[in-house]
Amino acid sequence: MTDHIAATPPAEGPLLSVRGVDVGYRTGRRKQVTAVRDVSFDLHPGQSMALVGESGCGKTTLGLGLLRLLPRTGVVSAGEVLFRRKDGRLVDVRTLAREDLRRFRWNEAAMVFQGAMNAFNPVLRVRDHFLDTFRAHDGGRGSRARHLERSAELLRMVRLDPGRVLDSFPHELSGGMRQRTLIALALALRPQLLILDEPTTALDILTQRSIVERLAELREELRFAMVFITHDLGLAAELADRVGTMYAGRMIETGTTRDIFHRARHPYTSALINSVPPVTGDLRVPESLPGGPPSLSALPPGCSFAPRCKHAVERCGSTRPTLDVLRSRPEGMSHAAACLRSHELFAEGVTRD
Amino acid sequence: MIDRTVPATQRPGPAHGHGTGPGDASPVLSLQGVHQVFRTPRGDVPAVAGVDLDVRPGRVLCLVGESGCGKTTSARMAAGLAGPAQGSVLFRGRDVAGMDRRERSDFRRSVQFIHQDPYASLNPVRTVYSTISAGLRRHGLVGDRREARRVTAELLERVDLTPAEEHLDKYPHQMSGGQRQRVAVARALAMNPEVIIADESTSMLDVSIRVSLLNTLGKLRDELGVGFLFITHDLAVAKYFAWDGEIAVMYLGRVVEHGPTPRVVNDPQHPYTKALIDAVCEPDPDLAHGRERIRLRSSEIPELTDLPPGCDFHPRCPLYEQGDCDSVRPPLVPGRDRLLACHVVNGG
Ligand SMILES: Nc1ncnc2c1ncn2[C@@H]1O[C@H](COP(=O)(O)OP(=O)(O)OP(=O)(O)O)[C@@H](O)[C@H]1O
Ligand SMILES: Nc1ncnc2c1ncn2[C@@H]1O[C@H](COP(=O)(O)OP(=O)(O)O)[C@@H](O)[C@H]1O
Ligand code: SF4
Ligand code: SF4
Ligand SMILES: [Mg+2]
Ligand SMILES: [Mg+2]
Repeated sequence: MTDHIAATPPAEGPLLSVRGVDVGYRTGRRKQVTAVRDVSFDLHPGQSMALVGESGCGKTTLGLGLLRLLPRTGVVSAGEVLFRRKDGRLVDVRTLAREDLRRFRWNEAAMVFQGAMNAFNPVLRVRDHFLDTFRAHDGGRGSRARHLERSAELLRMVRLDPGRVLDSFPHELSGGMRQRTLIALALALRPQLLILDEPTTALDILTQRSIVERLAELREELRFAMVFITHDLGLAAELADRVGTMYAGRMIETGTTRDIFHRARHPYTSALINSVPPVTGDLRVPESLPGGPPSLSALPPGCSFAPRCKHAVERCGSTRPTLDVLRSRPEGMSHAAACLRSHELFAEGVTRD
Repeated sequence: MIDRTVPATQRPGPAHGHGTGPGDASPVLSLQGVHQVFRTPRGDVPAVAGVDLDVRPGRVLCLVGESGCGKTTSARMAAGLAGPAQGSVLFRGRDVAGMDRRERSDFRRSVQFIHQDPYASLNPVRTVYSTISAGLRRHGLVGDRREARRVTAELLERVDLTPAEEHLDKYPHQMSGGQRQRVAVARALAMNPEVIIADESTSMLDVSIRVSLLNTLGKLRDELGVGFLFITHDLAVAKYFAWDGEIAVMYLGRVVEHGPTPRVVNDPQHPYTKALIDAVCEPDPDLAHGRERIRLRSSEIPELTDLPPGCDFHPRCPLYEQGDCDSVRPPLVPGRDRLLACHVVNGG
């Protein structure tokens, strides 16, 4: 793998700068919901950020929005998605023209979708998925033999046997093999950013373990940045440098992995973490978090989490908390939380440092 | 669990009726040496090959293992949804195969199966009320519609779908995955079961929902004395839900380790169990990074139609030793506190 020269982004500044992004879906004639609201963050080259939260909180929608891969009914309706390309130019993904956008995906940023099977064309062999990807992006340069050689190399990189996999149809592969193949495909053009949506959900634990380890190693080798969407907090703890918690479409806490797992300052983040039963040590009764996120079409006025929050007070029902920085650090690694009571709860020892 | 030191086949049958430890009732449901073979174009698939398991009232027996190892197939035999190719299923000590119609109907009602997938298990065109009351009516457990609604509402409250009135007339698509799962539990509960067989019923759900559903199931276990055969991939969930019960780890159709949950999870002995536990991602970045991981020799599971000679796990096993491991299949034998099938660990 010596020819995998790391993409070398400009030394300074974020690779991806998300500013005040809203994403909406049309749900009927003149009806629409805002599934992601006012999300901002900077991702620096090589960083790995996990987006966590319960199902329906907007993680997938945000991921798709960043690469403009939303379904026809979805649109990034506000904000900017600034991306620093390999040549150093800064572009707003929202304003990229069609052809430019196509080049941007795969070459600069690629996504591994939730549900590996749907991402393949079921009537094409794995080999053709690779060849199509190369052909679509190298403008006709490069021979078929060269492309196949490169495909084999990519498959070996994710520990698959190219001899077996290249000639298979997607349905002939196990779930784990499909997921690895997708990762190999996503890395085909050496993107600077990889977005992975629930990459190991529905896989066996031993398969999950080997994919997680391989991903961590590949990131070391190739130095791409990663946005990692998962509702499995254990996975986030393992694969991310930083974590953003989403709730009802908003980013409600963000910080380093340690900030989030050892000193979460938003009651929702703590509840999520405490609801995971640990496998090591004595039995600990996990916290249960009854109910579910509010409907997007009927968000409560103040803090969206207030109806489920055991620390809610009256003003939580009327004032919407902003994402305030609690500890400032460079390179997007600050710890910030959107809770009106984060200082009080900390002082009371409900949250710890 | 002293009975774990006696091979399953030599254990006193439930007919003898004597428990073997404090609070240890005799099994209500047992699998005895069951096999299941599927005939396919690729050849015979021995999905389950000689499994012994007991479910006791108010206790949890948890089956864990990778996809395809035979958990669902075993569970389906336990629920009477498929007959074993060999071996027997006993309900209250009676072989299910020899039951007459009335006994069989009683068995069907008393042993309820909750399906893996909360999205596929409910009929999309039926309301919650209609789904749950159908079983009540079929078994003549309610009289008129008013009683059916009242009983259904009570069941919804039992599974924490409150206020029940709000949910009675909903369709599945109007509910979240966790809520649908609760409806499936309520439907099972309507039959007043002695045993609930829950297959993966939490794995597709958010962690937050899983825990509250597990707590609901725990209430049924503790307050109603329902026995559980609980199937999951997640060792942490197994540990939490079956802490006072047992875990059986399956690999390629056989049980390879079986014992009291705290022993199996906190001190696993079989190399396969060790690998499963080691593979869990803990939500603690310091634990995750500071840990030396077990390396399997291979991450691929052999095909059931083409099992390796000797120990089924040997192509992947980090403790593999040339000799017995690749020539003799290790039997599941009793040790100090559990049953274990491994030449090296049992020999050492
Ligand atoms: N009806 C069938 N016909 C042929 N093979 C089958 C059938 N049902 C199950 N199998 C095979 O039997 C084996 C055991 O399957 P089973 O569904 O019991 O696994 P499992 O442990 O429940 O897996 P999972 O964790 O994925 O649910 C697998 O190899 C499976 O492919
Ligand atoms: N195509 C769509 N049309 C309308 N609403 C959608 C669509 N896709 C997702 N949503 C809604 O957007 C919200 C966020 O969904 P999603 O991004 O999939 O969440 P997550 O990935 O966090 O589970 C949910 O309320 C979901 O129902
Ligand atoms: S703002 Fe109030 S309701 Fe929201 S998380 Fe903080 S304490 Fe809870
Ligand atoms: S018998 Fe040998 S190969 Fe099988 S689990 Fe034990 S050590 Fe590993
Ligand atoms: Mg999603
Ligand atoms: Mg199954």
